[in-house]
Amino acid sequence: MRSPSPSLLGLVGRAALGALVLVAVVGPLLSLGLWSVAERWHWPAPFPQQVGMKYWSRMLQGDPLRALTRGVTIASVTTVLALAMAVPVAYLAARRRLPAGPLALALFILPQAFPQLPVFASATVLFYRWNLAGTVPGVVLIHLVGGLVYAVWTLTAAFRSIGPELEEAAQNLGASTTRTFFRVTLPLAMPGVVASAILVFLHSLDEFNGTLLVGAPYVTTLPVYMYTASLGYELQIASVTALVLMVPGVVLLLLLERFLRAEYLAFFGHL
Amino acid sequence: MEVRVEGLVKRYGRVLALAGVNHVFPSGALTAVVGPSGCGKTTLLRVLAGFVQPEEGRVWMDGRDVTGVPPQARRCALVFQNYALWPHMTVFDNVAFGLRLQRLPASEVERRVRETLALVELDRVPGIERRRPKELSGGQQQRVALARALAVRPGLLLLDEPLSNLDAKVRQRVRGEIRTLQRRTGITTVYVTHDQEEALSIADDLVVMDGGRIVQSGRPEEVYAHPEDPFVAEFLGSTNVLNGTVGPDGRILPSSEGRLLFRAEDTAVWPAGQSLPPDYAWAPAEVVDCLFLGHVYRAYVRLGDTVVLADTKARVGPGQVVVAVPRDRLLIFSGSEPAARR
Repeated sequence: MRSPSPSLLGLVGRAALGALVLVAVVGPLLSLGLWSVAERWHWPAPFPQQVGMKYWSRMLQGDPLRALTRGVTIASVTTVLALAMAVPVAYLAARRRLPAGPLALALFILPQAFPQLPVFASATVLFYRWNLAGTVPGVVLIHLVGGLVYAVWTLTAAFRSIGPELEEAAQNLGASTTRTFFRVTLPLAMPGVVASAILVFLHSLDEFNGTLLVGAPYVTTLPVYMYTASLGYELQIASVTALVLMVPGVVLLLLLERFLRAEYLAFFGHL
Repeated sequence: MEVRVEGLVKRYGRVLALAGVNHVFPSGALTAVVGPSGCGKTTLLRVLAGFVQPEEGRVWMDGRDVTGVPPQARRCALVFQNYALWPHMTVFDNVAFGLRLQRLPASEVERRVRETLALVELDRVPGIERRRPKELSGGQQQRVALARALAVRPGLLLLDEPLSNLDAKVRQRVRGEIRTLQRRTGITTVYVTHDQEEALSIADDLVVMDGGRIVQSGRPEEVYAHPEDPFVAEFLGSTNVLNGTVGPDGRILPSSEGRLLFRAEDTAVWPAGQSLPPDYAWAPAEVVDCLFLGHVYRAYVRLGDTVVLADTKARVGPGQVVVAVPRDRLLIFSGSEPAARR
């Protein structure tokens, strides 16, 4: 009997992987963390000369907090609107009752197929004409472009994974189509609804290109704030913002893991 | 509830699922619809439930034309092949669903749910009404599906392959229970299955379908003993098919003119050289194999270039024998075209 000994190659591989994770994930995070507490840090010192929570406290009272609450508001509105539009479309698509089904679905993935900047830039021109530029509704609209893609596709997969016989069983016992949808279909699709809500919310919260083009200078969300801060060489503010911006992302992504099923993703992009 | 269908036609693309189906499902009886997959039996069931609209023909229930009536208003309860229990509801809520739609008071709903659970003998499992379908065995899920259908006291009970997801032992038992339950409640029932043994054992009225048509119907004993069609003869029981005719001396002769059909249980295997009674058709043959099935031995006997099955009381050894079939158990059809009429 020989006990299996870890091969040298395996050990080296594992060490390399660890180093990669360290460089790619932990490194930037540490650097962000350091910058967020650096009150004075002049070259060539390897560490900040003065450490403190000045920028964190500034974050929690001034403009950044306003940007955060505004971003959350916009993301919430976008999520509600996207779901309200995507649920019926996705349900009809899943049951193959959407007029020109595959074509209509393709419509929802089209904006993602083109380079985003030109799409947003031409949208901005339109928004100026319609007096939507620099307004919250304008930013919500531009966030819906991407948000609807996530919502429609995830929800179509969610509805498609519900056997039609579960609905037929309800109709067979006398339930109307509407009641069947609200008592059987929608509760069963809830994991998919939650998953797509998270995706849309995160998309809106982190969206930058469209927000800057349409919203500036009146509507400032956190990513836009971070951008302006780093342009002004306020690396501390940018770092604090980045760290704050990561919190909802990480929390929601952990939640997402519970709700997003493999079959929803497997369906993504199938017409 | 007496159910009558007239001239039902339904196509799926080019496939003719129903090619003019006429039948009267007698009130209070259990009608088994049996046939190979794709014969149209499930489509017929879905037409009765109202989920499929026939292109031609009419459906009558107790003399009322219900052809265009939506499934919600038909008083038909369908038990689905995979049960279609709602996984997000408890057993109680599943069974109560139809009752709550009827806006019965909560106490009445509760009473009826318990009564129905008792009817399908689920009341012996303590606390089952609070469990979810996923926590139940296949047999229990089947009973919940039955209870959900029966709770609304339907005029017509439709069962779509109700036993196909159960294992063999449970299947035998549940089959008997469904039969007893149907007798006790007297609900007109249509039972769709591909299993001919199941259909024969459970039916008051047997309907054999093939290629979108009803090929034969009647009491199961009658249909089994007197098939009017080679397809029915072949489909029911273990049936041998030989291309041949019977000569004047009773000897079976190979021929392309006719087809002889006879069942394994009617086929005797005798030692070669034995004198033959006059009312038998016979042929010299060779035993290739003999399997023990428990209640009989099944001999595989080569007759010309065909192997026929014969059920015998004792093991028959390999070698030369005579295969004999009583004349009145022999079905003779002219021509040798394939049995299925499509």
